[in-house]
Amino acid sequence: MRTLRLEVADWPGHRAGQHLDVRLTADDGYQAERAYSIASAPGEPLTITVERLDDGEVSPYLTEEAGQGDEFEVRGPIGGYFVWEPAFGGPLLLAAGGSGVVPLRAILRHRVRTGSQVPVRLLYSSRSWEDVIYSSELDCPPEGVQVIHTLTRSQPPAWTGYARRVDKEMLAEVAWPAAPSSSGGPLAYVCGPTSFVESVATGLVGLGYPADRVKTERFGATGQ
Amino acid sequence: MRILDDAAVDGNAIGGLLIEIFGAEMTTATGTCGSCGSVSQVAELSVYRPGLGTVVRCRVCDTVLMTFVKIRGVTCVDLQGLASLTR
Repeated sequence: MRTLRLEVADWPGHRAGQHLDVRLTADDGYQAERAYSIASAPGEPLTITVERLDDGEVSPYLTEEAGQGDEFEVRGPIGGYFVWEPAFGGPLLLAAGGSGVVPLRAILRHRVRTGSQVPVRLLYSSRSWEDVIYSSELDCPPEGVQVIHTLTRSQPPAWTGYARRVDKEMLAEVAWPAAPSSSGGPLAYVCGPTSFVESVATGLVGLGYPADRVKTERFGATGQ
Repeated sequence: MRILDDAAVDGNAIGGLLIEIFGAEMTTATGTCGSCGSVSQVAELSVYRPGLGTVVRCRVCDTVLMTFVKIRGVTCVDLQGLASLTR
């Protein structure tokens, strides 16, 4: 896992939750392109957090080879659906599977920078404590933000938190109570592997969340 | 609504491709399935990338709504499965 700071000429600024595309071109012209969520809040230096995938075409370069001053093609910012603005209200339920936490981190930072008081719960599913991204940042959340971890494969000694995949019972305990769509009510952002997002989004709708208050971003099997 | 497996991503992932093709942010555009008539935002559609290109399917009836294939630098676009696409 690596967080990279990018300098993009004429970057127009982004919204919390958006992503960008990185395109690499080999000497023979072969191109590989991948989408990466933006990890920083609007107005902060532009950063992405990249998980290294062993069979990846782009992530090994970004996590191991790219160095200061190296250049590659970037397209963005991209997306207008999985974004949050303070005016959207809340309370917010953020649910992350693995590196799905990256755009949610941008939302958390945007909330602080804009002075929003909206209450937030972040439910973050990781395989083990070592896999938790931004752990030091999430250990000391700002006022009004609760971070609830679940560690699905291995847990540190004396772990008292959740130790299983997110299920309906966990959502019923963690999620804000649902409210009718007409009154606004809780707003959920769910990001992670497709199977994670499907199970959380279905669970939230089962708890009474209107489908249009559950924003989803799925990135397939193994991460972005 | 069909439950997707990890072979699929969603329409958020093709936001960049759609900007390249339409010149605008399209993940919040509204698509109507030409087969079952269900209406959803592009971000909510299911997307498969089997290597050759990109296939976008209806979340309700699984009909192919859009395909994108890049051949020798030219992207071929087929929107035949859509009744409408509105921004």
